[in-house]
This record gives sequence, C-alpha cells and structure tokens, in this order.
Amino acid sequence: MVETTMANDNIAARKAAPSPVTETRPVRVLLITLTIVALLLFLLAPLLAVFAQAFSMGIGPMLATFQDPDAIAAIKLTLLVAAIAVPCNLVFGVAAAWCIAKFRFPGRAMLISLIDLPFSVSPVVAGLVYVLLLGPFTPIGAWFLQDFGVRIIFAVPGVVLATIFVTFPFIARELIPLMQDQGTGDEEAALSLGASGWQTFFYVTLPNVKWALLYGVLLCNARAMGEFGAVAVISGKLRGETVTMPLQIELYYQEFRALAQVSAFTMAAVLACLALVTLLIKTWLEWRYADQLAATRSGH
Amino acid sequence: MPISWLRREAGTRGIEMELTIKHVRKDFDRFAALQDVSLDIRSGELIALLGPSGSGKTTLLRLIAGLDFPTDGAILFGDEDASFKSVQERNVGFVFQHYALFRHMTVAENVGFGLKVRPGATRPAKAEIKRRASELLDLVQLSGLESRYPNQLSGGQRQRVALARALAIEPRVLLLDEPFGALDAQVRRELRRWLREIHDRTGHTTVFVTHDQEEALELADRVVVMSQGRIEQVGTADEVYDTPNSPFVFGFIGESSSLPVRVENGEIWLDDRAIGLTASGAANGKISSGLAALYFRPHDVEVIEGGAGLAGTVAASRRIAGTRRVELEIGGGRHRVEIELPASHPAVQGSRIAFRPSRWKLFPEQGASTQQPAPVAAQPAAPAPRLQAVPS
Repeated sequence: MVETTMANDNIAARKAAPSPVTETRPVRVLLITLTIVALLLFLLAPLLAVFAQAFSMGIGPMLATFQDPDAIAAIKLTLLVAAIAVPCNLVFGVAAAWCIAKFRFPGRAMLISLIDLPFSVSPVVAGLVYVLLLGPFTPIGAWFLQDFGVRIIFAVPGVVLATIFVTFPFIARELIPLMQDQGTGDEEAALSLGASGWQTFFYVTLPNVKWALLYGVLLCNARAMGEFGAVAVISGKLRGETVTMPLQIELYYQEFRALAQVSAFTMAAVLACLALVTLLIKTWLEWRYADQLAATRSGH
Repeated sequence: MPISWLRREAGTRGIEMELTIKHVRKDFDRFAALQDVSLDIRSGELIALLGPSGSGKTTLLRLIAGLDFPTDGAILFGDEDASFKSVQERNVGFVFQHYALFRHMTVAENVGFGLKVRPGATRPAKAEIKRRASELLDLVQLSGLESRYPNQLSGGQRQRVALARALAIEPRVLLLDEPFGALDAQVRRELRRWLREIHDRTGHTTVFVTHDQEEALELADRVVVMSQGRIEQVGTADEVYDTPNSPFVFGFIGESSSLPVRVENGEIWLDDRAIGLTASGAANGKISSGLAALYFRPHDVEVIEGGAGLAGTVAASRRIAGTRRVELEIGGGRHRVEIELPASHPAVQGSRIAFRPSRWKLFPEQGASTQQPAPVAAQPAAPAPRLQAVPS
C-alpha cells in the first residue's frame, strides 16, 4: 500500500511539473494562434473565394461550363496526362530510390542531385528546353514527325513529357530516406530464405515502403494535374487539343466576359476539389490502416 | 518427435566435413577484412566465431552464407565448391543480429516465407506451410503467437521467430550473426541455453558469431578465436582457455596479467631481478633467451613468504564474493598486475605482497622472434581487468 501511494504521489508530482521541452502557456497560445491565422488567411480564405466566385452567378452558368467542349477536353486531357505521368513516375521513382538506397556505385551522389533537378529548375525553363530539344525543326522532333507522324511539341506527348519531368522527384524523394533508413537487412533475409530478386522486391521491399509510395503517388498526382508553367510553354495552348485544366482556367480568366469568369472559377473549383479528394483519401487511409502504419514505422 | 522432417541426419555426424574454408581472403576496397583464413567444420558441430569488433568474424559468416564473396580462396559445402554460388543456392539459414523480420507479415507468415517463395514444384501446399510454421513455433516455444506482428513481440521473441524462419527452409547449415547481441543479459542467458537445446534436437551444423566469450565458451563445441582478420586459435572451450597459443588469445579469453620479462640462461628476469621461475617451467616453454612476455591468470598464483618471486605494493583491493582481487604495483609502479587471493587475506592498501605464478606462459616479445606471426597490437599493454566470469 505504501508503495502504491508513493507511486501515485510521484505521478501527481510529474503531472504538475512542466515537461522540460514544453513552452510557457502564453508562448503556446501565441504560436497556435499564429498558425491558425496563417492557415485561415493563406489557405482557407482563397479556397473559399474560389468557390464563392464559381457560385457568384448561380448554379446555371456554372453548369454551363461543363457544356463547353473546350472545358470537357481540358478535363479529359488533364486526367489522361495524370494517368500516364503518375504510373511512369511510379516506376522511375521506385527504380531510382531502390538503386540509390540499396546500392553503392560511382555517380550515386550525382544521381541524387539529378533527381532534385526538376525541383530547382523553373518549370518554364524545363518546358523551353523540351521545345528546343524536340520541336518540329530540331533533328529529333523532325525525325518523329516524318518517320512516325508524331508531333511532340505543341501536342499531347509534349504535355505528358513536361508533366513527367516536373513531377519526377515526388515519389523518389518520398522513398529514398525511408529505404535508406530500412537498409538491406530484410532483403538479405529474404534472399537467404531462397527468394529470387523479384520475389524479394514484391514480397519484402515494396510492402516495406508502400505507405511512403502511396503518399508519393498522391503528391505526384496532385502536382501532375495542377502543373502550369512547363505545360504552358510546351503545349502551345491549342484550345480543345493541348490545353489542360490549369491552362483552361487561365484562358477563361483572360476573356473579359462575366460568364467566362464564372467558368474560370468553376474549373478552379473542380481542380481544388480533386486536391481535396486526394487529401481525404490520404487521411482516410491513415485512419483505416493506423495499426499497419505503426508497424511499418517502428520496424526494428 | 513432431519435428522429424526438420531433423538433420545424424548418421554421418562428426565424420563428414560439412564446411571447409580454404585460404580465404576478403578485401573491402584496400582494407583486408580477412587474410588467409582456413577452417574445417564438421557435420553437426556448433561453432562459435569469437573476436573483438573488426576481427572479421561477421565477414567470415557472410562469406559462408553467400551474402559476400571471397576475394581469394574457396568455401566448400561438403565436397562442392560453393565459393561463388548465390545465397539462394547455398540453402543456409541465416539469423541476423537485428532479427530482420518482415514487419508487414505475421509471425506465421514470416516463418513460412522460405517455403512460400519456393518454385512451384517443390513448394508445399498452403496447409502444409501453415502446419510446419506452427510446428516450428512450437519448437521455439511461441505457440499461439502465429497472427501477431513482429512489432508486437519482445526482442527475445523476435529472435526466436527469426530462428524458426531460418529453420523452416531445412538449411544445410545454420548461421547466426550475434544472435543475442541486441538482448539484455537475462534474456541472453536464457536463449543461449535454449539454442543449445534446439541444436541438440535438430542437429544442424551451426556457426554463430559473438564477441561475448562467456557465450562462446558455454555454447560452442569448438571456439574459433579471431583477431584482425585472422584465426588465432581453434579449439574447445577448455583448450582455448587452458592452452592459449598466443598472447592475444591469453588476453582475450578469461582474465590475465602480463609482464615484460627477459630470459637469460633459462632464468626469467623482471627488470633487474630474477623472479624465481625458469623458462623450462612455462606451460609452453620454448624460449631460452631474449625478451618475452609472461602471462598468467590472476587465480593461478601462490603467495610466498620468502625467496625469489614477484613482489609489489597493493594499489587497490576489492572483495568479490568468495575471493579478493588485488592490483599490485611492481617495480615502483612500472608494472601493474592483478592477482586473486582468498577473501580472508587482508591485502591492506600500500602493504607488500610477494607471489609466484603457479601456471604461466611465455611468449616471445614481438619482433624478437619470428615464431609468432600473429600481430598482438590489439593486446592492451596494461593488463586491463576483465569483468567476465572465468569458467573453471
């Protein structure tokens, strides 16, 4: 009994004493308030403004946007581009992360820097480089055009290429730190148990990083649908052909008709909704698989 | 016995060479992790690779497993050269220090993994895999935990799952890399006894790496003492303790004190005094003259009242259970040795005690003779007291 009382006293004392890493109450209140104000001001307010503008003339003009063939084409193209770019980057990203995290080879440091290149280069510059490299009057562009009848620049392949370039780092960046942290122990164990290289990859390596991979894919997808700069340069902005949703928003916005303004904000709202859905999926998955997630994180 | 499918044939045990390592060298970049290592391991043996960190013991284990490949030399499984066979082809069970359990699989899935990934023709049916997994979990005393995830287990339990997983593939040899290194002392001792039991029941040829001499001496049929990429000595626990063949082994296994001495006309001198020992009395007596190192165990000493011997002042004295450990300064503080006396001995600080080693060895000073090629640089100059228990 005595011991129990003492233990209780200890716990009570510990609760009363502030943890050494915490801040005083005013500081905490200040920091939390600042964060909330910043979030409201810079994130939530603009988002609400977009929806408000979209609904500004009632639901009719808003729905009319979806009658416009250009708008429909833009939505379709955006989904198509994301549907190609994200799987491509899934493969590239996993391959790049795998070889960087699990192997030591000459040029490895350089490869890491190269993966970051799309983050550091302005998307407009990236688009321009592709135009200069693959345009119809360059050797490569001319070759594709003549021998295969495929236009790259100012056409859908260019839009896809630019999107892949811009969104390349998302998945690799998400995977590399985790894979490095996990090391090669699990892989060695699998190999020693007789698994082949592919079996090891699919049964061990991939499941170990599946959550990071999922985040990478979601981020990559969000960016692929929202990319503006590189696509703007490379697409030539051909209405109904190479215009993606972000470009279509700009085109609408620059028309000085009230209806076009509504259409611009409607499209923006659709894009925002896609982003919100992505976030919701992520949150739901985190909630649904919380125990698995914990298991993956506290590995050893 | 329910694990009959697991049991290795005992008929050929002790006769056939299960593993032969021939003049193996392993370089990492320019650093030689192993140099000219040769070792024979008999079928069914339990072998410990013992050495300080950086001695190459883990490297040797990984070479045997096929997780690394030798720069030079050969590794034979039976009569078959396996030096460049892949780890899958070698069929070894490997247990990692940090378990390396697959965190997204349940315990049963972990144990069954090696069977699940077999090619179609040799893969057991699902029910059979499940049955074997639960038999193995029974063997490692983890029945009932089949559907847990590794992060829901304690360290000791995880390591037992790792062993069950390694045994599931009916390995030719079982290799364990510091299997108990990450566990606390209590669990360690328990698992050690338990591993010995499993070995006796299944009869697998087993090689394990450890830096804990107590573990090696208690568990292994033979101990391979390694230092700086070489094998110093191979022998039973008694052999490496009682007849160490190098200063390194003498210093590394058990406790020891050493003194730099000189041999003249068969008599042993410390500085300018004869210490009443003759070189021919050494347990390994070979040296007739020159500089040498005198090694003895702290408990192999007798206190003397007069005559030639080693005398020093008591620098420190502490009683440990039934004995008294005394640190003596000899030759005005130039040398320090540790001896063990009965607890009843007063050993007052600053008093003088004279003693003579009753069992001791002489090793030629490095450079004074070519008889001892093994480098002894790792040997601490002062006889550092070791705290591990001395088996006797």
